[in-house]
Amino acid sequence: MKGKKILIVISGAVVGFLGVWLAVAGNPPNMGMCIACFLRDTTGGLGLHRTAALQYVRPEILGLVLGAFISALVTREHRPVGGSSPLVRFTLAFFGMIGMMVFLGCPLRTLLRLSAGDLNALVGLAGLVAGVLLGVAFFRGGFSLGRAAATGRAGGYIFPAATALLLVFLLARAPFLFFSEQGPGSQHAPLFISLAAGLLIGVLAQRSRLCMVGGIRDMIMFGESYLLMGFVSLFVVALAANLAYGKFNLGFAGQPLAHTDGLWNFLGMALAGLCSVLLGGCPLRQLISAAEGNTDSAVTVFGLIAGAAFAHNFGLAASAKGVPAAGQAAVIIGFAVVLVIALASSKILERGGVARAGSGS
Amino acid sequence: MPEAEVKDARGMLCPEPLLIAKREMEKPGVSSVKILVDNATARENITRLAERMKWSVVVDSAGSDFLITLEKK
Repeated sequence: MKGKKILIVISGAVVGFLGVWLAVAGNPPNMGMCIACFLRDTTGGLGLHRTAALQYVRPEILGLVLGAFISALVTREHRPVGGSSPLVRFTLAFFGMIGMMVFLGCPLRTLLRLSAGDLNALVGLAGLVAGVLLGVAFFRGGFSLGRAAATGRAGGYIFPAATALLLVFLLARAPFLFFSEQGPGSQHAPLFISLAAGLLIGVLAQRSRLCMVGGIRDMIMFGESYLLMGFVSLFVVALAANLAYGKFNLGFAGQPLAHTDGLWNFLGMALAGLCSVLLGGCPLRQLISAAEGNTDSAVTVFGLIAGAAFAHNFGLAASAKGVPAAGQAAVIIGFAVVLVIALASSKILERGGVARAGSGS
Repeated sequence: MPEAEVKDARGMLCPEPLLIAKREMEKPGVSSVKILVDNATARENITRLAERMKWSVVVDSAGSDFLITLEKK
């Protein structure tokens, strides 16, 4: 098990470094790597939302999936499974993404923003922890989305195959893809560098099980520090890299691709944290799991994509100017829906359910 | 001593298999726990938990699944 601990620390460190370096290489500021933002840009690249500044099929995402897929094949960990409440997972992912679009980042970018001195991310991180705590309470109350079972072999290959096809389209600069000419979507590292970084992170994350919310969850639930070590090493290395590249700028105001509305930074990330923990992992982990053949995680990724499309087609997403009223309403509705799902999927409301769960049965 | 009942944690994502293992291990008077899992992540998580709680761990392959036997030392 000792080798594994070194692996999680290395994985966190590599993601932390690349997360800063990719921004130096051309990705948007404080967004060298962000699963939510890059899924959103990819959604735009496919024309599923029409915010012209946020359209680019991000090679990091494609590389991540393909790297994890190859790694899972080589280590014989690729297993086509599915059937654990796919529509519920889609819904949780949808609202989780709304929360992330209101904060402007996934749990991974929360750490990268914080490591660059963006104190709004500290508020977001507090929200993330609060969301995970709430999710943990549901797990203690017997929350479960049910069991997945082995599925037909084809199921496990559709997601990686679709990813590979999208890569072919991107490499060919297919005329039906959208490419931003200005704004964050136009800012990107050279394609092959982004792809290589994604592949490397995909392999490392598949081997180490790196997960941004899993670290917080396991520490709270089990006093288990394994995943948290990846989280911490990611932050420390990203902080060092930001200092080294002169990108560290402490404060709330004027941070790149961020807003200063503390309440919605907190609530957006709390919703994202709650949804992620109920789904069994952060967006990064869902991509890896989908690459490993988990079709429920693939449906979760489609839920994230749908959330990104809705966030931009219906004016819910935040911008540097702040969070629109519709976005605030969407977060509130998201909490209501997710809490109903969580209650309905746990034993808390059953007679004596809490006592039973509390007594450890 | 009676043979421990095998707990089925197949098809579950984090943290459920670990939660099942921990609840079984913490039951009063229990010194042997058997858990069936179907993925390497759950196998590693349960192994790590058991090692931290100073239980012995034996992992057997059961087809494409893993049968984990935990014994209190």
